Amino acid sequence: MIETKAISNEELLLQFEAKIEAEQKIEPLDWMPDEYRNHLIRQISQHAHSEVIGMQPEGNWITRAPSLRSKKILLAKIQDEGGHGLYLYSAAETLGVSRDQYIQWLHEGKAKYSSVFNSPALNWADMGAIGWLVDGAAITNQVSLQRTSYGPYSRAMVRICKEESFHQRQGYEIMWKMMEGTKDQQEMAQDALNRWWWPALMMFGPHDSDSPRTGNAMKWKIKRETNDYLREKFINKTIPQAELIGLKVPDANLILLEDGTYKHGDINWDDFWKNVNGNGPCNEQRLDHHIKAHKEGSWVRETAYVSGKNK
Amino acid sequence: MEAKLKYYLQIADNALILSHRLSENCSKGPFLEEDLANTNVALDLIGIAESIYGEVAKQENNGRSGDDIVYRRKESEFLNVILVEMPNEDFAHIMVRQFFTDVFQLNLFSELRNSKDEFLMGIAHKSLKEVMYHLKRSSEWMYRFGQGTDEAKERVQKAINKYWKYTHEFFLENTIDTEMLKAGIGSDLSIIKKNWQAKVDEIFEMSNLSIPDTDFSIEGGKNGLHSENLGYILTEMQFLPSKYPDAIW
Repeated sequence: MIETKAISNEELLLQFEAKIEAEQKIEPLDWMPDEYRNHLIRQISQHAHSEVIGMQPEGNWITRAPSLRSKKILLAKIQDEGGHGLYLYSAAETLGVSRDQYIQWLHEGKAKYSSVFNSPALNWADMGAIGWLVDGAAITNQVSLQRTSYGPYSRAMVRICKEESFHQRQGYEIMWKMMEGTKDQQEMAQDALNRWWWPALMMFGPHDSDSPRTGNAMKWKIKRETNDYLREKFINKTIPQAELIGLKVPDANLILLEDGTYKHGDINWDDFWKNVNGNGPCNEQRLDHHIKAHKEGSWVRETAYVSGKNK
Repeated sequence: MEAKLKYYLQIADNALILSHRLSENCSKGPFLEEDLANTNVALDLIGIAESIYGEVAKQENNGRSGDDIVYRRKESEFLNVILVEMPNEDFAHIMVRQFFTDVFQLNLFSELRNSKDEFLMGIAHKSLKEVMYHLKRSSEWMYRFGQGTDEAKERVQKAINKYWKYTHEFFLENTIDTEMLKAGIGSDLSIIKKNWQAKVDEIFEMSNLSIPDTDFSIEGGKNGLHSENLGYILTEMQFLPSKYPDAIW
């Protein structure tokens, strides 16, 4: 007679952690602690929402793109972001929550998206600054997420990173072209950098000392690097790029250290939390836009469903 | 400008202005997949337009670039039909406008494959593949509207009734069309009209949609006389090059 024995949660946890320790990916049907699942539900859906809400500030300039080439690039980039949203919703759905539910949580304010998209896009150089800085900051984070322990998330990241690095170069190209251009264009480029620099640094999240969720996320290898480490990596990479084309990073307290890296001035975390908590310049506008489109599309989704059944 | 280049512009301007309207809709789709499809079509149309403007600039050979033709041209010099200027209303209006234009472009490019003009023949072959996909998508939506919910049926029929009067302009033969047809460069609009009508009838019949019983027609765009909408489109589109004429983007 074969004896069956129920495996306790403690044992399952040990097996789960051993797998992570051995750098094996956790897959949707594998056992995982609730805390791990919930962390991923929050993180991946937030990431998906960020891609989709992020279509708006750039969408603001499509109709005013100053050349056919720039219009095509911008449209294709925004389309890529929407595509990233799709991969990420699919990855997030493997955790047992539907896309409809995720969208409902977004609309109810229960799910967040990256606060950086609550900044307005005010001149054409913002299209450069967003690609260069926002996508640049995102990719710094996402490169490390390619090694995240959850399989579907990790695979989505591999695909996304390829496109994001392209976006970053396209953004930098816009800035470079503007800095090569007229005085008005140079002013627009500097103005865009001034406005997007700090929000880009805030994208990495609070300092490690103030980041409540880093602990388990690091232990379970959802997160592979800390907020501060990634932020510094981004700063050290980006400042020489700014200087190369004659732009000045808006940080009066920036110090170049002996080893060639930079120490940045204090980040205004009051601004950050104000924005996270719904009081940034465009929070209401971005969410209203998404809710309106979703609501106006409800009859379309419904007729697609009904006609599919009638076929 | 010689007639052949104006003929090119009629085709390019239809693609450009419709793509502009579609690009306005980016991030406003009924669901993400459809949002991406909308942008895909917009991108294809810009691609078609860009190739043609580049060719016009090349053949003009007077220092004007393809972008100059788009960004520094007067409203009355745009030669698109009025239908493509119509504002985005609901998804039914967007799709009906698209469907009528897709059927036209499919038949136009099919005919232009036989053009004596090498450039037009080439662009027709290349664009036809893209336009076939566009039409597949817009036809399927006609079916989903017509065979779907009552609300969808009502919305799509309203859009058809509204836009029908703008479709006749596709087939309105102006002096440029006549000259190009004679030269073996342009296509025969009477053949295109017949094929267009047959395709529309086929899809509408399958989708249980009807064509309004009226011959009323609104036209003028092909000859540079537009609706009030185009001025706003161009004001937005041409904003940066107009405000900063010396800038290179």
